[in-house]
Amino acid sequence: MTFFLQNLVNALQWGSFYALIALGYSMVYGILMLFNFAHGDIFMVGAYIGFGVATGITALASMGAFALPNWLILVLTIIISMFLTSFVGILVERIGYRPLREAPRASAAITGLMIGIILETGNLALLGARRVSFPALIKSTTYNLGGVYVTNKKIMIVGVSLMLMLGLHQFVRRTKYGMAMRAMAFDYVVVPLMGVSINTIAAMTFAIGSALAAAAGILFGIAYPVLDPYMGIVFGWKAFVAAILGGRGSILGATLAGFLLGFIEIFVVMIFPSTLRDLIAYSIILLILTFRPHGFFGEPYSARLRL
Amino acid sequence: MRKGLLFMVSCLVVGIIFSPCAWCKTKTIKVGINAPMTGDIPKVGEGTKYAAQMWLEDIKAAGGLEVGGKKYPVELVIEDNEAKAESAVKVNTKMITEDEVLVIVGPQASKQAIPAGGIANNYKTPMISPWSTNPDTTEDRPFVFRGCFLDPFQGPVLAGFIKEEFGYTKAAVLYDVASDYPKGLAEFFKEAWEKMNGAGSVVAFESFTTKDVDFSSQLTKIIKSGAQVLFTPQYYNEVALIVQQAHELGWNKPIVGSDSWGSAELIEHCGDDCDGLFFSTHYAAAGAKGATKKFIDRYNKKCGYVPDDVGALTWDALHIVQKAIESSGKITGNIEKDRNAVRDSLAKIKEFDGITGQMTFTEDGDPIKCAVIVKISDKGEFEFYKSACP
Repeated sequence: MTFFLQNLVNALQWGSFYALIALGYSMVYGILMLFNFAHGDIFMVGAYIGFGVATGITALASMGAFALPNWLILVLTIIISMFLTSFVGILVERIGYRPLREAPRASAAITGLMIGIILETGNLALLGARRVSFPALIKSTTYNLGGVYVTNKKIMIVGVSLMLMLGLHQFVRRTKYGMAMRAMAFDYVVVPLMGVSINTIAAMTFAIGSALAAAAGILFGIAYPVLDPYMGIVFGWKAFVAAILGGRGSILGATLAGFLLGFIEIFVVMIFPSTLRDLIAYSIILLILTFRPHGFFGEPYSARLRL
Repeated sequence: MRKGLLFMVSCLVVGIIFSPCAWCKTKTIKVGINAPMTGDIPKVGEGTKYAAQMWLEDIKAAGGLEVGGKKYPVELVIEDNEAKAESAVKVNTKMITEDEVLVIVGPQASKQAIPAGGIANNYKTPMISPWSTNPDTTEDRPFVFRGCFLDPFQGPVLAGFIKEEFGYTKAAVLYDVASDYPKGLAEFFKEAWEKMNGAGSVVAFESFTTKDVDFSSQLTKIIKSGAQVLFTPQYYNEVALIVQQAHELGWNKPIVGSDSWGSAELIEHCGDDCDGLFFSTHYAAAGAKGATKKFIDRYNKKCGYVPDDVGALTWDALHIVQKAIESSGKITGNIEKDRNAVRDSLAKIKEFDGITGQMTFTEDGDPIKCAVIVKISDKGEFEFYKSACP
């Protein structure tokens, strides 16, 4: 039983990363019918910006400019990095995707791959191939709950992720901009005729998706404190799988599928030899998609997507 | 269409005219360095490059390499293999066919050295890998050599050390199944351990794939298995994550590693979590004497940190190459003939006294030398703990 619970705790943490990143894929698809393949790399950029901000604030604080408790530094890091990374997202949309909005979707997808490579190699040129250590902002404390080991980091990661997801949900449901996004997802040809600017909404979607990716990047840096310029590639692909599994364009779907993917990966190892992890995990997902080709919450005709 | 074609052709022509050595045929001795400058283990590439540059400085100061009473200038061709097997193959092919190097030093990790060694052997170009410990690198390849001990030696050394030091009978192994070095070493360790403690004494044999960062499910399984010690022959970046996650999941027993741990960057990523752990390696910088000490001081002065084993092994490999070239008779200018001559004289070297210890070469081009068990001190330094000889 403790074995099972321990795996459950592990899976919750692992799934939060997938969910946060899958949301970015899914939202962009909902609005523009476009898979932003650079999203995994925006996640990487977010993690590096987080690294920069955290190092900067810690350096300032230690120089005596101001005294801050570590948790406040963390909160500031997350907020500032989300803000900064959202501009990276806007830039990617403006430079990479907007000129191609009328082009075939394949061209746009290829552009995404290229932007990804530019971000990776740009980072490589800027910071070199050395891996960087994400600063330990919170001291890791392990609690032993009847044989199940939970760290304060794990609780924080799952908590912050859920808060962000809930925030996004509220934004999309309750605000005017959220309504515009949902309308745009419903029909991006007619809605602009009603006076809603597709450029504003597209930029906003990229900004929000990138901000979430940045938050994921920082939380990732706290859990796995070794960053390298290629960390976003495979991770991005897997989150993309989660977005598909959840149903393209569905926020709830992406969240649930992200967690589900984390659970499948962890629990496959619990039962089978770990060598077969990805083989079995992704076969299961393939099987699910065979029976539900549009994912859990996707709709058969892509013109009618939910957000 | 026509214009485009013309433009492309003229570009090509201009490119060929201006490319440095398409016309000339100098008698420079070119030494290829195939190293991971970027990718998973850039610190390894850096150490290789610095050691090679120091070697070149010495050669330049001496006015070149002396072969058959004549001095030849030496040029290094340093290429990045991105720590990928396919790139290492590409780099070797390029260095052999385009740059016409006489001999190749590298690649370092077995994952790249095994496939790249095949290329070198096919093109009949001598290659020496300073750091690759997997037996497949040199097996049945007369043109491929190495400068370090092998995993079939390192595996039993570690198993024996754990047995002797702690008296444990149950071990767990966690390794990367997609990389030749950890996979090979994990299997050699398992074999040796089960020979000592009976079948089934490796209670958990778990794996992951390159680029994974979350090992929680494997570690949970290992903890449940009741293992007394964890052996993980991984590279330094993964070690930091594995050790931290193991501690966070409540593991407080020893974790033991192999020579891939021995990078100057390990402590930077791992922090206090790695204190008190053991690993086997090629040399220990703390407490070195003689030529080794001189090398360490010089490297430290030039690069600002104490060299790890890769730097030292590359240094030794380059000196073995130097010895081979110097004793190869003469440089004819016919690259194929010269490569054969260098191979033959490399194979003739029977003993070599390097900064990583005394080595004797076997028929296959593998050295027999001692391993060092290092303990990571509370200050994060690699301290010599004991020496294990074959």
